[in-house]
Amino acid sequence: MSISQVLFYFLSALALGSALMVVISRNPVHSVLWLIVTFFAISGHYIMLNAQFLGIVNMIVYAGAIMVLFLFVIMLMNLNAETEPQKNKWMKFAGVVSGGCLLMVLIAALKEAEVKGKATELVTGEIGLIDNLGKALFTDFVVPFEISSVLFLSAMVGTVVIGKREAKEA
Amino acid sequence: MNIEHYIVLSVALFCIGIVGVLTRRNAIIIFMCIELMLNAANLLLVAFSKMHYAAAAGQPATAGIDGQLFVFFIMVVAAAEVSVGLAIIVMMYRNVHSVDVNFLNRLKH
Amino acid sequence: MKNIIDLAWLVPLFPLIGFLVNGLFRRQLTKPLTAIVGSGTVLASFVVSVLIFFAVKNGQTGTVTLFPFIQISDLSVPFAFQIDQLSSLFLLIITGVGFLIHVYSAAYMNSEEPPHYARYFSYLNLFVFSMLLLVMGANFVILFIGWEGVGLCSYLLIGYWFRNTEYNNAAKKAFIMNRIGDVAFLLAIFWMIHKLGTVTFATPDQTGVFDLVASKLTATDITGITLLLFIGATGKSAQIPLYTWLPDAMAGPTPVSALIHAATMVTAGIYMIARSNILYTLAPVTQGIIAIIGLATAILAATIALKQNDIKKVLAYSTVSQLGYMFLGLGVGAFTGAVFHVMTHAFFKALLFLGAGSVIHAMHHEQDIRRMGGLKRYLPVTHLTFLLACIAIAGIPPFSGFFSKDEILAAAYAKNPVYYWLGAATALLTAFYMFRLYATTFLGSFRGTEEQRHHLHESPALMTIPLIVLAILSVAGGWVGIPEVLMPDAHALEKFLAPIFAASSARTTPHAIPHSTEYLLMSITVVGAAIAIFVATARYRRKPELHEATGFGKILANKWYVDELYNFIIVRPLNWLSRFLANFIERDVIDWLVNGMGKAVQYTSRQVRLLQSGQVGSYVLLMVLSILILVAVQFFVKK
Repeated sequence: MSISQVLFYFLSALALGSALMVVISRNPVHSVLWLIVTFFAISGHYIMLNAQFLGIVNMIVYAGAIMVLFLFVIMLMNLNAETEPQKNKWMKFAGVVSGGCLLMVLIAALKEAEVKGKATELVTGEIGLIDNLGKALFTDFVVPFEISSVLFLSAMVGTVVIGKREAKEA
Repeated sequence: MNIEHYIVLSVALFCIGIVGVLTRRNAIIIFMCIELMLNAANLLLVAFSKMHYAAAAGQPATAGIDGQLFVFFIMVVAAAEVSVGLAIIVMMYRNVHSVDVNFLNRLKH
Repeated sequence: MKNIIDLAWLVPLFPLIGFLVNGLFRRQLTKPLTAIVGSGTVLASFVVSVLIFFAVKNGQTGTVTLFPFIQISDLSVPFAFQIDQLSSLFLLIITGVGFLIHVYSAAYMNSEEPPHYARYFSYLNLFVFSMLLLVMGANFVILFIGWEGVGLCSYLLIGYWFRNTEYNNAAKKAFIMNRIGDVAFLLAIFWMIHKLGTVTFATPDQTGVFDLVASKLTATDITGITLLLFIGATGKSAQIPLYTWLPDAMAGPTPVSALIHAATMVTAGIYMIARSNILYTLAPVTQGIIAIIGLATAILAATIALKQNDIKKVLAYSTVSQLGYMFLGLGVGAFTGAVFHVMTHAFFKALLFLGAGSVIHAMHHEQDIRRMGGLKRYLPVTHLTFLLACIAIAGIPPFSGFFSKDEILAAAYAKNPVYYWLGAATALLTAFYMFRLYATTFLGSFRGTEEQRHHLHESPALMTIPLIVLAILSVAGGWVGIPEVLMPDAHALEKFLAPIFAASSARTTPHAIPHSTEYLLMSITVVGAAIAIFVATARYRRKPELHEATGFGKILANKWYVDELYNFIIVRPLNWLSRFLANFIERDVIDWLVNGMGKAVQYTSRQVRLLQSGQVGSYVLLMVLSILILVAVQFFVKK
């Protein structure tokens, strides 16, 4: 077993395990923290695939910004394990079962896929490097790039509008 | 690593995310599980981009770059979505003083 | 001169015109005009019938086709009339007696209002029209049209005084019982069409029913068809088991009873069987059944008549009994005898009814004989004609009834002596109850009120003249059928009708009974009848039966409780069935089903609505499940 394989399995195990903990934890704060661990694992996968830019961006944006936002909101509402509402047993059971079934079906569909046996290049590869990405982004994909900035603007405006307290009507 | 390994990993993460959405009642946790699902998809996209790169044997040099650019845009959208979504949840909390999705059943009417 | 037979369609046309004129213009016509139109049309038909009769007597017979009526692939039923000996004889009887009764009615119904007076005559004309169609039809379908028509007119005329519910019930009873018989008749026609492909009686090229019956039908077919036809006849001609309508039909006006329920409609069954004689000759089983039922009906009705106190009811049961005689004649193969008895019975029974009408008219619509008596000196003409009719029906020679009854009884003896003895017993009963009626009504002292006695007077000429004519016919009418035994070669009627019954006569070996035996049989019945007459007259002139009947008499007075029996076994179960169907099936099953569908839809929609729970979680679950199914289908099913 080469080192990349070992690393792959380790990172995968970490990702799956922490994802499970996200779902299972009763304290929402713990869920957030486990999710951050999951993001770290996934970023590790990115780095292994030599998608360096994405790996770093994943860390910064997701784990850094989005999760922090989540934590803010959770702290704001002062949620902890006692006030956590629990779905009834049957719903949970149904949820788990249907999720499991979906997993089974998707993996079974894999058997028929044409992409079986194709290898992914680990560690090496030029496309994950930032200058290649940047070149493609600013030449072929410049329009979506600009529009995404408009998207951000509208999201910001929307958030502020939604979050504003209504003036009390007399 | 063959692509099947990545596919299995992504699908597993995705399904865990689904189980989380179905099982939890806290709206914020549900939101987080959605993020988990998005990330699973991202991972798979990156893996496929490298697969295409490997299959093209390096020529042209940017074969398969679409996958990674797609992931980039997904992250953009995810960020925007999280901010708006959390704003909505905060507003609901201000009205109902709870983030239990069972209370948020106005769609019934 | 044009062949009168080709103008045979005039005969039913006149009464049809009379029906339309009197029916449509009943508010505009005056009573005398109505009576003239109504009676005149029948008179015109009578004149044509006489001409036709003479033509037929000279040997001319034929079929007159008016138009093709039913034409379906192989089945061809033309609207055609058959003029031969049998139909021309019946034409004479129907139009002749019918005319006399129309004249009588003009006076009898005079107390009615003009529109209703005209309604009466239009119905009566319609009846004559239907009866003519019946006897003139050249195939079973036309016969059946007339058959139905007379049933309808019977209903209309019995229920003529429609404001009385009991009369309406009697009319309904008559019609419904007729219809039961008609079902059997129709089945017979269908059977004929199925097996033979035709319903025409006989054609020159040997393709009629009567021509093909010997070759194409099996014994089962013939027995079946004849039995079904006979059941139809029991309904129309009031035999067991469908006879109970006839006594109730006395609710109609008396001339109606005379025409329809004595002289013509009830003889339709006999006509039909006489016409189909070849069928019956080939079905000895059915003939046996006919003889037995005829005899049983004759005896049953005679016993009931012994204890009836309504003048018309006695005559009604007498009619049923005499019809039984006619069927007995048909059953033992005496076709001529049966037709002969139809003729003589038409004369004296019509006379009896019209006489009874005269009595009722004089007594201001009183019909109970216990309140009559001694009418001899108040109603002389009525009395004399009534007496003559009673002697005729009792079978005393040389009156008409003797000859026809004797012919039937002789043939019965030849077939089976038991038939003769029972028939003779019935003849004695007939004589007895008729003279009971005569003595109670006309002899002795008057038992009614002073008020009624004041109003007793003889009927007007329009009523008495028909009585006299019919009396002459009752006396002399039998002289066309004098049997071999008394005068050789004098049976004019038999010679006249021979062609009709030729096929049957060829097939049966005549049981000739020796002349001495026949004299003996005749004497027994005559002497027996004479004794019965004297006993009855002597007893009832002195001491009429005024009290209610007791013991066995009570059973007879209550008609052997047959109506009650029918009510119990037929009417009550039918009522129960219809109640069951209405309440249970209709309400609980069908309505439940229909309402249930509505409720099921409501229930389903209520349940489906629950899907819209508003819970986002369940929506997501559904989404996941759907994706699951879609993926599974995509990858694993659609290969």
